[in-house]
Amino acid sequence: MSELVIQLTRAGFLALLWLFVLVALRVVRSDLQSASGLRMSVPGAGKASRKQSRPKAKSPRQLVVTEGALSGTRITLEGRPIMIGRADDSTLVLDDDYASTRHAKLSLRGQDWYVEDLGSTNGTYLDRAKVTGPTKVPLGAPIKIGKTVIELRS
Amino acid sequence: MAATSTNPENREAPGTGTTGGAATPTTPTRRGTELVLLGFAAVVVTCALTLVNLNLESQPTNQILYYGLAFLALFGLAHLAVRRWAPYADPLILPLVAVLNGLGLVLIHRIDIGNAAEAERSGDAFSPAAPSQVLYTALGLVLLTLVLLLVKDHRTLAKYSYTCGLVGLVALALPAVLPSVIAPNINGAKLWIKLGPLSFQPAELAKILLLVFFASFLVSKRELFTTAGRRFLGIDFPRARDLAPVLVAWAASIGIVVLERDLGTSLLFFGIVLVMIYIATERAVWIAIGLSLFAAGCLAAYSLFGHVQQRVDAWLNPMTSDAGYQLRKGLFGMATGGIGGSGLGGGRPSIVPYAENDFILAAAAEELGLLGLAALLLVYLLLTARGLRAALAVRDSFGKLLAGGLAFAMSLQVFVVAGGVTGLIPLTGLTTPFLAAGGSSLVGNYVLVGLLLRISDASRRPQQPSKPQPRQPPIAEAHTELVERPR
Repeated sequence: MSELVIQLTRAGFLALLWLFVLVALRVVRSDLQSASGLRMSVPGAGKASRKQSRPKAKSPRQLVVTEGALSGTRITLEGRPIMIGRADDSTLVLDDDYASTRHAKLSLRGQDWYVEDLGSTNGTYLDRAKVTGPTKVPLGAPIKIGKTVIELRS
Repeated sequence: MAATSTNPENREAPGTGTTGGAATPTTPTRRGTELVLLGFAAVVVTCALTLVNLNLESQPTNQILYYGLAFLALFGLAHLAVRRWAPYADPLILPLVAVLNGLGLVLIHRIDIGNAAEAERSGDAFSPAAPSQVLYTALGLVLLTLVLLLVKDHRTLAKYSYTCGLVGLVALALPAVLPSVIAPNINGAKLWIKLGPLSFQPAELAKILLLVFFASFLVSKRELFTTAGRRFLGIDFPRARDLAPVLVAWAASIGIVVLERDLGTSLLFFGIVLVMIYIATERAVWIAIGLSLFAAGCLAAYSLFGHVQQRVDAWLNPMTSDAGYQLRKGLFGMATGGIGGSGLGGGRPSIVPYAENDFILAAAAEELGLLGLAALLLVYLLLTARGLRAALAVRDSFGKLLAGGLAFAMSLQVFVVAGGVTGLIPLTGLTTPFLAAGGSSLVGNYVLVGLLLRISDASRRPQQPSKPQPRQPPIAEAHTELVERPR
């Protein structure tokens, strides 16, 4: 085989190999856009929040964990209630010895979010006050569950 | 039910019913992307095989096309298994593995041709490594499918943590204690179990089993590490009894592999446990403690073992020492390759002893050059990144630790091999994942990738709406039933 062909195929194969790497990197990029690492996607997150919470700028859109092992986690809020506890099927699965299996629930009524204790052992605290019945959660008020503190943010 | 309608449980938000159904199409499974990339990988591998054939045998046959199609079919089956049992798994992991494994097969085939020519000249017996590697690839993909089929949820593995740890340690110790009829001493190391024509290196399996053990153990105890410990010099040290199982398993695994004279594997175990403790506790001080222990261990090993001294000598003086022959040849090969390489089939990588397993990266560097080697290393980097991505996104701590550990294990292995071959660190006997010839390594790595696929599937799967719990009546409202009247 001629030297020229060898040189061409040599360069061509390296180009092909790098093309594969670049295509793979492109897939990584498109994946980053669809879902970022820490944000958990809750079913129907995009549509519902756009439909319901656009008109009111002040309504909460995110649940942010500010303290505890999951600190930094954000959950997009939409109509669906948010279950918090150690159970695997919770929306926010706590890995916290001071939290109960089904500890608390956040649910939307009208435009407001309400927190409710589900009979936990150590209780749920909204701004230091123990939550006994469904209580309205203002923006930015800390909700303490075991060692975890969460907040609603717009 | 009018009385209970004020109960918040029954008054779900208005959007709930409509958004539940719309969830599925918004989270793409991306299996199509995976298939396209697998096709691309098959094209890359077929081109590589064609080039080897053109340059060495100079008779292009249709057979190459069949090989390429068989390769695609093999990974196509694995793709179908992923589609069936892990539909939301990461679309990149399988194609990246396919391209590594395929290029590995081509390189091994290429080195086989060189070795055959060498053997013909000297009249030695020669058996090619590529056919058995193809068989092991198929076996590995079967095992990957089995992992996906049997492990429906990675959290079930956590239930078998102590079993995994024990089996792992036994598997690790097995070659050392078995008589040398079954466990022969090959090249000064007793790592293999040989049953008839089959030989197997249990350390590869033990690696994964011990990873499962460390992950589930650390998850169950990590609260205790940071709260129940004693504070000393500003560092929270866990109580000895909390850490004891990890330390015992760690010391035992490293002790065994040191006795088996497998330096690479002991380095691997050390690194894996260190990083897993770091991930579990988020304390950087563990890295410092680990590295200082590592330095002490290195000094001890250097003064105690003759083979360690040989390796270090070969690393420091590759051009002059007797033990540095292999490294020297590898370095010359890479220098010959230069930036662009000699082209597939254009170099002479088979002069390096064990080019098809220990020094396959040197062979790749000689024929594909720095550019090709960098591309291969990038593929490894991407694979690790996808593993860590799964670890970040998965919702349970056990999955996080296991995926992080598995991804780190693979990248550490690549680092140790690449560092050894290029003369950055002393050479140890680890294999390059997916690239090097070696059945048990390949099969073990496919099991590892199967677990990573499973965890990435769990991390990307949209969260199922939780099943409504049957509401139990409060104890005050429950009817009291008379079960038995005391006489």
